[in-house]
Formats: sequence, structure tokens, C-alpha cells
Amino acid sequence: MALELHPLEQFVIKPIVPLHIGKLDISFTNSALLMTIAVLLATAVVVIGTRREELVPSRIQSLGELAYEFIGNMIDETVGTDGQRYFPFVFTLFMFILFGNVLGLIPFGYTFTGQLIVTFAMAAVVFVGVTLIGIWRHGWRFLSFFVPHGVPIVLLLLLVPIELLSYLIRPFTLSIRLFANMLAGHTMLAIFGGFAASIGILGLLPLGLDVLIFFLELLVAVLQAYVFTILTCLYLNDAINLH
Amino acid sequence: MDLASAKMIGAGLACIALVGAGIGIGNVFAALINALARNPAAQVTPFAFLGFALAEATGLFGLAIAFLILFVF
Repeated sequence: MALELHPLEQFVIKPIVPLHIGKLDISFTNSALLMTIAVLLATAVVVIGTRREELVPSRIQSLGELAYEFIGNMIDETVGTDGQRYFPFVFTLFMFILFGNVLGLIPFGYTFTGQLIVTFAMAAVVFVGVTLIGIWRHGWRFLSFFVPHGVPIVLLLLLVPIELLSYLIRPFTLSIRLFANMLAGHTMLAIFGGFAASIGILGLLPLGLDVLIFFLELLVAVLQAYVFTILTCLYLNDAINLH
Repeated sequence: MDLASAKMIGAGLACIALVGAGIGIGNVFAALINALARNPAAQVTPFAFLGFALAEATGLFGLAIAFLILFVF
């Protein structure tokens, strides 16, 4: 049985304003549009929220304060007060991913976090940045990160490559986790939507299921932004405090 | 065996990854209920959701492979 489903069609990048410089394609696409909206919205929440600071916060002010305190506490708990220097980066990362994930759930929208290259670029920035911070703060002693304490020399021959590998694989797991969650969730929504459209009155069943999956996806969207950010904090903790 | 049937079988096999995710998520929440039943004041719920997200992601890797087999290749 071949169903006429195209669940991956929603991830196709379409140019809105075509722009070409030589062979380079720098068109303004639907992905770029959603990224712009996400950045503008995230900025608006923080800027408008802090414009009039009141003792009893308005809705938008409490939203901004909630996000700010959430990330501030997260850094305090995982890295310690030393990590507050990197608060702007972590906060920006969290807001960008959060708004990207949630905006992607709007029908006919676009999920730019469902593109591997987008998440990989963010994970690569985190990885390179964290490694540079570690080298900058500890110099050659940073290499002791790969040598577990109190282990016999013979075992080190086995453990150091494993530690090194698990360190180098971090940007891949970090990016694929976010990408796969978004891809799988949105594809699942589209597949059940396709079932609902193709089997007539019985389609109410998959439609109802789709509504429930939508709530799960809302949870996942927020949760994955949280996971990406807290893993960034944990990596930062490794670089600053070295186990 | 032609390519279309091989794809279907491959996608089905890729979904076996969900067994692990199911066990993992079940374990996470079982442990959460255990902890909260023993000590209702324990502040462990955020960690439980972190564990849930990490366990769920491994299953989704399998699901993503299934989708790739079915719709991309």
C-alpha cells in the first residue's frame, strides 16, 4: 500500500527573496525568515519586558524575568558564579532555540532547528568556544581533563582514547539530539495528519491523536531548548573547573 | 527482494531502537516516583526531565533513521 504522503516536505527550504552573488546563493529563505522572527521576538520579550520595571510585573516583564532567572540559576548550579561571565551567550542560545522550536509548531511555519546544519553550527560554536575557554584558563593543564584520577598506568592506555573520543563526539550528539527531536516530532505530526486526511470519517481518530502529540511536541520543544542549554553549561563547567 | 520491500523492512527494524527508549523513560519516571514517595521534599524533578529528554533522544535517533530510509533514499 503506497500512501501519498510527503511528511518531509515541510523541511524544504524555499527562497523568498532570491539573491545570487556569482555562484553563491544567499537568498532570503523561509528558514532565514523564521530565524529573523525568532531573534526579533526574543529581543522584544527582554527589551519591552524591562522597559518599565514595576514591583508587580506585567505579563511580559515576568516572562523576561522568568527566563533570565532560569538561566542565571542554571549557570549558578552547574558552573558556579565563575560561569556568570558567559551568561549572555548561554541566554542568547537558550532564547534562540526556544523561540525556534516553539515557532516551528505554528502550522505552515518552518522549523529551522529541524535542519542539521543549523543545530550543528550552534553545537560547533559551543564546542570550539568551550575548548578555547579551557585552554585559555588552564593552558597545558587542560589536557589533564582527559586523564582520569587514580587509575593504573596500564588502564590509562585504554581510558585516555575513550575520554578523548567522548569529548570529540560532543558536538555531534549535541546537534543530532536537537535535530532528531524536531525532525521526528514534526514528521510524526505530518504522518498522522496524512492518515486523518486519507481515511475519511475514521480520520477523526488520528486527528485526535495528532492533538495529543502536539502537546507532547510543545513539551519536547521547551525541553530540548533546556537540554541543549544545560549541556552547554555542563561542558562549560568541565572547561572551567576540570572535573 | 526489490528495493521498496527492503526499505519497508529496514524502516521497521530501525524502530526496534524504540524498545530502549521505552525502557529508559520508564526507568526515569519509576525512579522519580520512588524518590518522591520516599522524600516528597526532594528537588529531583528537573533532573528527571533532563533524563527523560536524554533517553527519548536515543529512541528518536532510531526513528530518524527509519524516516531517512523511507523518505530520503
